[in-house]
Amino acid sequence: SFKCLVEEVTATSRHYVDRLFDPDPQNVLQGVIDMKNAVIGNNRQKANLIVLGAVPRLLYLLQQSSSSLELRTECAVVLGSLAMGTENNIKSLVDCHIIPALLQGLLCSDLIFIEACLRCLRTVFISPVTPVQLLYTDPTVIPHLMSLLSRSQHTQEYITQIFAHCCKTPEHQTVLFNHGAIQNIAPLLISPSFKVRMQALKCFSVLAYENAQVSMTLVNVLVDGEQLSQVFVRMMQRDKPIEMQLTAAKCLTYMCRAGAIRTDDNCIVLKTLPCLVRMCSKERLLEERVEGAETLAYLMEPDIELQRIASVTDHLVSMLADYFKYPKTSVLDHDLKHAHELRQAAFKLYASLGSNDEDIRKKITETENMMDRIVSGLSESSIKVRLAAVRCLHSLSRSVQQLRTSFHDHAVWKPLMKLLQNAPDEVLVMASSTLCNLLLEFSPSKEPILESGVIELLCSLTQSDSPALRVNGIWALMNMAFQADQKVKVEIVRALGTEQLFRLLSDPDTNVLMKTLGLLRNLLSTRPHIDQVMSSHGKQIMQAVTLILEGEHSIEVKEQTLCILANIADGNTAKELIMTNDDMLQKIKYYMGHSNVKLQLAATFCISNLIWNEEDGSQERQDKLRDMGFVDILHKLTQASDPNLCDRAKTAMQQYLA
Amino acid sequence: SSSDSFRRWLCVQLQYPHVTVIRGYLSAAASLQSSAPKMAELGAGSLLTGDPAFNYQEHELNERLKRLYPAVNEEETPLPRSWSPKDKYSYIGLSQNNLRVHYKGHGKNHKDAASVRATHPIPAACGIYYFEVKIVSKGRDGYMGIGLSAQGVNMNRLPGWDKHSYGYHGDDGHSFCSSGTGQPYGPTFTTGDVIGCCVNLINNTCFYTKNGHSLGVAFTDLPPNLYPTVGLQTPGEIVDANFGQQPFVFDIEDYMSEWRAKIHSMIARFPIGERLGDWQSVLQNMVSSYLVHHGYCATAMAFSRATETMIQEDQTSIKNRQRIQKLVLAGRVGEAIDATQQLYPGLLEHNPNLLFMLKCRQFVEMVNGTDSEVRCFSVHSPKSQDSYPGSPNLSPRHGATNAHVHNTGADSPTCSNGVTPTNKNKSHNKYTGVSSASSSPSSSPSSVNYSESNSTDSTKSQPHSATSNQETSDSEMEIEAEHYSNGVTESSTRIMNGTYKHQEILQADDSSVDDSCSSRQLCGGNQAATERMIQFGRELQALSEQLCRQYGKNATHKKMLQDAFSLLAYSDPWNCPVGQQLDPMQREAICSALNSAILESQNLPKQPPLMLALGQATECVQLMARVRSGSCSFARVDNFLH
Repeated sequence: SFKCLVEEVTATSRHYVDRLFDPDPQNVLQGVIDMKNAVIGNNRQKANLIVLGAVPRLLYLLQQSSSSLELRTECAVVLGSLAMGTENNIKSLVDCHIIPALLQGLLCSDLIFIEACLRCLRTVFISPVTPVQLLYTDPTVIPHLMSLLSRSQHTQEYITQIFAHCCKTPEHQTVLFNHGAIQNIAPLLISPSFKVRMQALKCFSVLAYENAQVSMTLVNVLVDGEQLSQVFVRMMQRDKPIEMQLTAAKCLTYMCRAGAIRTDDNCIVLKTLPCLVRMCSKERLLEERVEGAETLAYLMEPDIELQRIASVTDHLVSMLADYFKYPKTSVLDHDLKHAHELRQAAFKLYASLGSNDEDIRKKITETENMMDRIVSGLSESSIKVRLAAVRCLHSLSRSVQQLRTSFHDHAVWKPLMKLLQNAPDEVLVMASSTLCNLLLEFSPSKEPILESGVIELLCSLTQSDSPALRVNGIWALMNMAFQADQKVKVEIVRALGTEQLFRLLSDPDTNVLMKTLGLLRNLLSTRPHIDQVMSSHGKQIMQAVTLILEGEHSIEVKEQTLCILANIADGNTAKELIMTNDDMLQKIKYYMGHSNVKLQLAATFCISNLIWNEEDGSQERQDKLRDMGFVDILHKLTQASDPNLCDRAKTAMQQYLA
Repeated sequence: SSSDSFRRWLCVQLQYPHVTVIRGYLSAAASLQSSAPKMAELGAGSLLTGDPAFNYQEHELNERLKRLYPAVNEEETPLPRSWSPKDKYSYIGLSQNNLRVHYKGHGKNHKDAASVRATHPIPAACGIYYFEVKIVSKGRDGYMGIGLSAQGVNMNRLPGWDKHSYGYHGDDGHSFCSSGTGQPYGPTFTTGDVIGCCVNLINNTCFYTKNGHSLGVAFTDLPPNLYPTVGLQTPGEIVDANFGQQPFVFDIEDYMSEWRAKIHSMIARFPIGERLGDWQSVLQNMVSSYLVHHGYCATAMAFSRATETMIQEDQTSIKNRQRIQKLVLAGRVGEAIDATQQLYPGLLEHNPNLLFMLKCRQFVEMVNGTDSEVRCFSVHSPKSQDSYPGSPNLSPRHGATNAHVHNTGADSPTCSNGVTPTNKNKSHNKYTGVSSASSSPSSSPSSVNYSESNSTDSTKSQPHSATSNQETSDSEMEIEAEHYSNGVTESSTRIMNGTYKHQEILQADDSSVDDSCSSRQLCGGNQAATERMIQFGRELQALSEQLCRQYGKNATHKKMLQDAFSLLAYSDPWNCPVGQQLDPMQREAICSALNSAILESQNLPKQPPLMLALGQATECVQLMARVRSGSCSFARVDNFLH
């Protein structure tokens, strides 16, 4: 019976462990060898031996200098075999401190023993359950591993594989770089062993990722007299194994993104990009298609020329549509995972493709069911897919034409609004940024979004800790206020609250400040709106304007502020707030004589509005300002070299002449 | 001198004055050249233009086409090299060696469209075919089409508009697949762009490239025999073609490498399934029969023991054949004939053609001074030439020399026994002593101190007295089996051939060997030998006449005899237009023919099955080209011979 069988297995396992404690070293050795033969490919046996405490004893024997080399080696082999089992096995081994023990073993001079230890370490480190930090705890380990690279093809394979898996952060990259990883590993790229070449290549891809220092060094490395980039190009040849082509393309992509290779270099334009497009083909494995699309998206993100080339290469845009044909519903978990991975990779690549060129965006939206796919992607269960879908939508929303047509036709604002509720920050950033574009004045979606009561949500974004979310919140409000009804403006001011408005005017992030000023400017447009807002919030606004004009701010900020002042000066009642404020008038005078033309222009606008003829009390205002010396300044400005400024000053002067 | 008298006799006998012999050779050479018309044509073309840049371009073109399409036999299916001045619409003008196309019509509307085809259709044996077109000027409207069309398709049209016509158009970037309405395909193209067109003859698809970037598949299910085609429609449009004259912008060789790898892995992964055991025994029999055929006796026996396969022929028979082959390859054809007649009575009587070939060869060897009938006279002449050092041994060709297999055309490859010329020096013998018994008859080898210079064994100069040819030939066989392991690892041959220290050779008069070629003389420079040769020549002439009476005229025989006798028309036969006959390599063919005849007489296959399979595979690949299966380009037999 089954129970009987289990007991039997346990009994034999027990026997194997008992033999490890035999007083005769010969018997112990034979016991370890028998154990080795018993555990190969037998996961239950492995689990049994671990439960019965074989690991600490094996580690003890491995570490004892009194043990024979043969015994120590066999122990390392058995431990390596145990590590090949389930993730639980690895956890148990790591808990027994197998890593420091094996690393210690590497100090031995015997190559066979070193190789057995490295093989086991390799298996442990490439498991997702092993904390990679364990490789870096002892600072002597990395240099020692570097020195072992010269010992044999096996040490090369295992060590490079460990590095490739354990280099996860910029700190790891720096440690490996500082210990000569590049010089030590570069020669392995032309090793006679495919496995060594492949693992060395993987090392370079993880080392170069978002690392300018590594990338800049890599371009100058020669391998057997050949530039490293050319070695990578050869590895991308179409008769090479796909894994090698893909990894070499990643290396070149990372070097390019880190600024070490120009985006118009032939090795990128004619080799890396086409190679990555090929990886997206239906013939490739799912994992390869995902990695290929993600890497390609990353490669061309900042470069419109690469985006244009990719968009016509091998029908990439329609090839990506196939990524959505993998079954969405499946009983198998890993099928679902593949489906998610494929879709998010496709969305990312579409986002990158369409980020700059209007024609490409058009091509993407015209791809079969594309907008429907994005819309349904926005509400998928997987966060990764939702994020990628909204990124794609954001990229496409930069197109005026698409906003007017496909975005409206597919009512993308609905799922977008839904996405904005309770989403994680990274999704929120993308979604709110997209919303900003949907709220542009020519967007037909603006009306329904307003009606959906989005203002509260946007106002809450302006209170976020994330500057990106604050910017997007206030930006969206700014777009919303542009040429809006009085009702909407009142609602914005009410919902945001003056307190929050003034808090935003002192925001440490310049972008937030700029957009807030923009909002103010949009609120203060058309005369009745100006007078109404100023009658209720005039005092605070004037205070804020004073503060900004007195503070240390950029030209753009001050220009925007002077524009607000000019808007105020355009109001019927509001302009009195300036006329009665001599301090403010002095400030305007100062900026009319500023060295920056933009500020001069904005300040002149303001005065021009104040002295405009056809309005009540214009005579008094003209007189006061003449007395304050503004006419002289205006006269001087009519001689200005800048034609706009000159015109504006002349127009203002005419008000006096009339 | 006697050779002069023979020369006079020869002229009378053959009714050829001296000069005619030479002229005859020249005309033969001319006919050889005419069998390669391409070469002659190109030569004439370059003479006419006299432009060194053009010559250079032609050279580049030939080199590139050879590299890209090695499987194409241009005598059967020439490659496109330019646009055809005969296959174009009148609105098309050609210039720059028919590579530049310009439009010279009115260009009012689509009725003024005009196309031109290349000189030849794309051969299927290309596997992957590629050409590029550079847009020099888009002219007025840039209505340009680049593509493919079959012969006979209306040229008053742009490619793609009609049946069996395919095109990619610059103005809208659409592809036209035998239809007046296009499909959205790629970007538009204009002045300065380079458009490439690649035809995949393995899956019958086509894709285009623009400035080195692949645009993806445009057409599928293409028919065979399409011509590169371009069409123009408005004034000022000019395009230049690149059929390989210049490097391509797109990396077509990289694309080809992918397909080569695909086809190779398809072959490598061909499912064997449950037939694995059958396959193994078939392969073992192939190896075994090959070894037996060539007489690698000990190796064959060891192989059969190890693999438990049967050898049909008995060991003595193998050794007899081996001995005869050895004699032929050593240039001692007379002895080979004697041995054949003794061991296989009636064989040569039933094969008069073979006998005649052997006798002709014997005559050549007499000129060479290697045949025993003249050799016996040369003992007093230390300068007499010996060809043994350069004579072919029994190792079949390997590696690089395998190329000849593909040139055999319809004939299955023969089991050519040969050695590459580089082996010549290696197999030179060292002499540690000069035999005093130099007057011994040729049929019985004198004792010689001899050592193989490239022997892996350190034993040198072991004096050994041979008693019979039989033994000598055997032991030498062992030496060779050692040196040319023929796929069997060195260590295992060492075990199998434990007796290789016997270091006899067939050579009788090694004292007369002189490495330097400058001192070669007719019949070893011996008067008596020369007379014997002349006498033999007369006998040969008589045999020829007899055969002629008996079986009718035989052009091959006549040619053979002429060539052999022509050697005497020159004072230095080794450096004369027909001197190639004296090359020891020339013994291989006759040796192989004799071996095959013997095997046939014993009811054994005259060809080893391995060579038959190789020949069949080669034929099959060539047949694939003729039935337009493009994968033949990447499944070449020599890719699999290492």
